[in-house]
Amino acid sequence: MSAAPDDRKPHDRGGWPTDEHVDTHDHAHLDWEWRTDALVRVLSAKGVISTDQMRRAIESLPLERYEASSYYERWSAALEALLVEKGLLAAAEVDARARGAA
Amino acid sequence: MSEHDHPHEHAQRDFQPDEEPTASALRAAAIEALLTEKGVVAREEVTRVVEATRAQTPQAGAAVVARAWSDPAYKERLKARPFEAIAELGYDIPIEAPQLYVVENSPAQRNVIVCTLCSCYPRALLGPPPDWYKSLAYRSRVVVEPRAVLREFGTVVPDDVEVKVWDSTADLRFLVIPERPAGTEGLGEDALAGLVTRDSMIGVSDALAPEGAEVRAG
Repeated sequence: MSAAPDDRKPHDRGGWPTDEHVDTHDHAHLDWEWRTDALVRVLSAKGVISTDQMRRAIESLPLERYEASSYYERWSAALEALLVEKGLLAAAEVDARARGAA
Repeated sequence: MSEHDHPHEHAQRDFQPDEEPTASALRAAAIEALLTEKGVVAREEVTRVVEATRAQTPQAGAAVVARAWSDPAYKERLKARPFEAIAELGYDIPIEAPQLYVVENSPAQRNVIVCTLCSCYPRALLGPPPDWYKSLAYRSRVVVEPRAVLREFGTVVPDDVEVKVWDSTADLRFLVIPERPAGTEGLGEDALAGLVTRDSMIGVSDALAPEGAEVRAG
């Protein structure tokens, strides 16, 4: 985890100190990544969530989680948080379903 | 995310059989399954959007750039009123699409786009953004050391060429018109469009040299 310059939120990366090189290769997305991308679009089109709400949810992830997550892991975590906030999902039922128990 | 480590026998059926679903994959599948059961979305709606997104290519962007190279009046229209100019070529930009600003490379200046905050990108023209565009390294560095970042893409920018970096937002996207390669004077728009790569419209590379042309050194 890198220290946030001047109390920034974790998404605000412009000029954030790093020695990392850019991995310029294209990587194929996994099925769940395509589906998460699509799910967010479908929910936005239906008016269940908005782009700005998604943005706020991604930007609210803790720094450590933000940096440790891949792009669609951030999306998925933010979407879940947003849907829990809206009362459409409960974190416990997502836990249970992901474990295969429900 | 070790708290969500689960046995693999619960793999959802949409995963490749030889692919072990990660905790993230299982959780994403759980979210979708629950929303489906609650009637918030239908599985087929999500599948349709996946298929549409996967089918998107930078072809629309390439066609627009090829027309701009071929027709100076079109290029001016594209820069002044991008959506109208893009619609002239029969491409439909969704009405809710964010504003687009078209920037043009010249021998004295080149342009690079980024979204330091996330991944904003002219999807309607270029399809989904590449992974590196969304990477923390690209987002952090390209605004402070664009020449070093471009070198990592194999693009060396001479010191006397100015580099302008454009930072996208949810409401404003950018498209780069790369320089038209030398030796393309006789080419028609379709052949020209074949030289316009996604990366050249993001600004990290040049357009391709035409077949048979000497590759520009450097």
